Amino acid sequence: MVKDQEFLKSKASYCLDLAKKMGATDASVTVGHSISETVNFRNKSLEASDRSDGLALSIETYLGKRRSSISSSNLLDENIKTLIEKCFETTKITPEDEFNSLPDKNLLAKQISSLNLYDETRFENDKKIKYLKDLEESASSENQIINTESSFTENKSNFILANSDGFCDGYKTSSFTASCVTVAKDENSMERDYEFSSKRHLSDIKQATDLGNKAAKQTIRKLSPKKIGSEKTSIIFDKRISKGMLSAFASAISASAIARGTSFLKDKIDQQVFANSINVIDKPDINKGMGSQNFDSEGVNSNTLQLIENGILKNYLVDTYNGKKLNLKSNGRSGGTTNLYFEKGNISYKDLMKKNSRSLYITETIGHGSNLVTGDYSVGATGFLVEDGEFKYPVNEITIAGNFKDMFKNIILANDLEFEYSVNSPTMMIEGMTVAGK
Amino acid sequence: MSNFFNKSDLTRQDADKLVSETLNSCDDGELYLEESKSESILLDDNKIKSSNYSSDLGFGFRAISNEVVAYSYSNEISKDSLKNSSENLKSTLKSIKGTYNHEIPKSNKKFYKDINPIEQKTLDSKLEVLNKVNEFLRKKDGSVKQVTASFAGEQKSIEIIRSGGESLTDVRPLIRFNVSVMLEKNGRKETGVYGIGGRQSYDDYLKNDNWKNVCEEAFRIASVNLESKPAPAGEMKVVLGPGWPAILIHEAIGHGLEGDFNRKKTSAFHNLMGEKVASDGVTIVDDGTIDNRRGSLTIDDEGTPTERTVLIENGILKNFMQDRHNARLMNTRSTGSGRRENYRHIVLPRMRNTMMLSGNQTQDEMIKSVDKGIFAVSFGGGQVDITSGKFVFNCTEAYEINNGKIGSPIKGATLIGDGPSILKEVSMVGNDMMLDPGIGTCGKAGQGVPVGVAQPSILIDKMTVGGTKL
Repeated sequence: MVKDQEFLKSKASYCLDLAKKMGATDASVTVGHSISETVNFRNKSLEASDRSDGLALSIETYLGKRRSSISSSNLLDENIKTLIEKCFETTKITPEDEFNSLPDKNLLAKQISSLNLYDETRFENDKKIKYLKDLEESASSENQIINTESSFTENKSNFILANSDGFCDGYKTSSFTASCVTVAKDENSMERDYEFSSKRHLSDIKQATDLGNKAAKQTIRKLSPKKIGSEKTSIIFDKRISKGMLSAFASAISASAIARGTSFLKDKIDQQVFANSINVIDKPDINKGMGSQNFDSEGVNSNTLQLIENGILKNYLVDTYNGKKLNLKSNGRSGGTTNLYFEKGNISYKDLMKKNSRSLYITETIGHGSNLVTGDYSVGATGFLVEDGEFKYPVNEITIAGNFKDMFKNIILANDLEFEYSVNSPTMMIEGMTVAGK
Repeated sequence: MSNFFNKSDLTRQDADKLVSETLNSCDDGELYLEESKSESILLDDNKIKSSNYSSDLGFGFRAISNEVVAYSYSNEISKDSLKNSSENLKSTLKSIKGTYNHEIPKSNKKFYKDINPIEQKTLDSKLEVLNKVNEFLRKKDGSVKQVTASFAGEQKSIEIIRSGGESLTDVRPLIRFNVSVMLEKNGRKETGVYGIGGRQSYDDYLKNDNWKNVCEEAFRIASVNLESKPAPAGEMKVVLGPGWPAILIHEAIGHGLEGDFNRKKTSAFHNLMGEKVASDGVTIVDDGTIDNRRGSLTIDDEGTPTERTVLIENGILKNFMQDRHNARLMNTRSTGSGRRENYRHIVLPRMRNTMMLSGNQTQDEMIKSVDKGIFAVSFGGGQVDITSGKFVFNCTEAYEINNGKIGSPIKGATLIGDGPSILKEVSMVGNDMMLDPGIGTCGKAGQGVPVGVAQPSILIDKMTVGGTKL
């Protein structure tokens, strides 16, 4: 069983008391416990099982405007004492930083409402095995599939965040994740693809057979790919790639990147950065949401934020430290976004596919080709050539490139938004990007 | 060396007994104990932004029968905790039995010293270096708008206990020093990053004011990029500089030669053993035995001494990299390549220092032979799809080549190629092999481990450059 609030609270207050006793002017502590069990299958038989049980502690001590931190997995009182001593010694010789402080008291979360983030259901390993058997049975039903690997992970966590201003709260969360990777082969090629489902509640996990079938289908359709020529073209991003654009956008509007001046979106508040049909929202209070939270990693209350309204940048993601630097109040985004999404567009998936007589549909990108300082984007890609709304043939060993500043202004979104993950996007089209191939 | 038993109700005898009992009827397995101490100190935006110290202690208990691996870890080293893990392993493997394999090769060679780099330099003197870096760069040029500098240091002590009470230990120091600078000129912003590191003390790397050279290099890269033009798009010749660009070898070839993917036949290389996979003159080794290198290990995380494994010899595929589990199932021996990020993770076959050895041509000859292409000097990171064999890496410093001459710098672009065929496109191998500066971290299955790379300059006849200019 995951440790209860009482245990975690007692450890947290032990740390705070000790830090205060040593002379710290302020302190903040997070104590967490997490239990996770994974079963792995390969080619329809058990390959591995893995159980992890881990405690984690992190403490920040302040001496006026001086601050330093420590973290440890060893919660023995004796070890905690040594670490806090070391932390406080370090704090004393760390230079002052005028922006260091605990969050403003009046911004701290006061009422914790249940977001239904914890499902106490125990899914025994035998049941995981049954699920994975069914999954791999359906994933390997086509004879082009030569290898299947799948896993089921059950995680239960609990944490307490406490600081010397009296904040002390936390809650349990759970997650269940099933995933499947399949390899298909024909005379010309070998290809890999995947599908997964991750939910707070066990009952919301996709059917094993659906997951297996989908992974297999997505893999087989990639066989015998061609390389295409270099050209400027319109690109359609599958949902699993388009949500990555949102993540890049979120990194570029973090208060830290803005305060340091290392973002291509610095000084763009109240300016047009996306096409004017685009709205981006970050909503922390979605029932059972994968990114839902009652407060951020500093204890600050987080409300729904409209980040982009009709294409205009309205908010940065602000934490206490960088907020003070920018003269902005924290909006409860220390630790980043919560449930981030594009509002759905008004064209159907089918019409988006047909919008141009020829386009490229991207299902996977590889490489770390996003430069958030300049906005330059260049990644390796895999996908399909689309003609008259239909997949013609698979394409690989190409790159796609552009600059976010132009790409964001050319986004067209389909109306197929679903809330599956913590970042969600409809299918997306961007016209005028460069493809490099033959 | 850590004593894992002096602060616990668990004695070494208890542990030996429980390990032997649990693994008795298995094919392999071990108890892995680990204690790590690490620090990171960061200067950013003119201030010491953070100073963090972290300590971690725990064990991972593994039992293997046939193809099934059962693993359980905890950060509580106690009698109860180890018993729970043992029960957990037994329940997974209840219907599967094997014969325990005891054999471990021995070696007395050590490739680094038992030091704790964190304690070998005072916090004050670390802060002083970071402040000097900031001052030096900001004074150097008015275009410097942001400076980030950091120290990261670690000491990891491990002990491996096998059935029968055999114990193997290692103490691994590791440090890294990094500088990143952002310049702004005529409305354009560009960054340059450079770092150094390895398994010695901070001062071994920073003597003779070497921090200045790190600053100069980061500044130089950023300055070059301020003048960069859009990169070309399409297939062309590519000259790679020596050293760090060898992450091409790591991504294109290295991952595909790891034992697990080949046992499972999901690597594009699985049926190419003994075949010609590279041009004549191309020899690639994976070496864990170079003194003090970031990717070096005295023993791997299963206790096997590391070695210099020849992967490709004069164009022919010779060996895969193996841990004990995959080696046993493929009927071969471990190459000392079994690694894990820490006790929370299972062992996988991984790279150490992956190197292409020198040939006898010069970089000048390569550049002169190219009518139209690019010269790539430095890279960010890379990634590979080991099944299709397609790999990418991102240039952070590159130039056009026109008519045998180096031209303007070009913007960062992704290069993409096909792992099994790329080395056949290598038409010249330079005489200037260089090791990387000691900054690489390789990711696989969610686990990061420190690695090194090395190569001479090479000419690749055909690769796709992912720029925007058609």
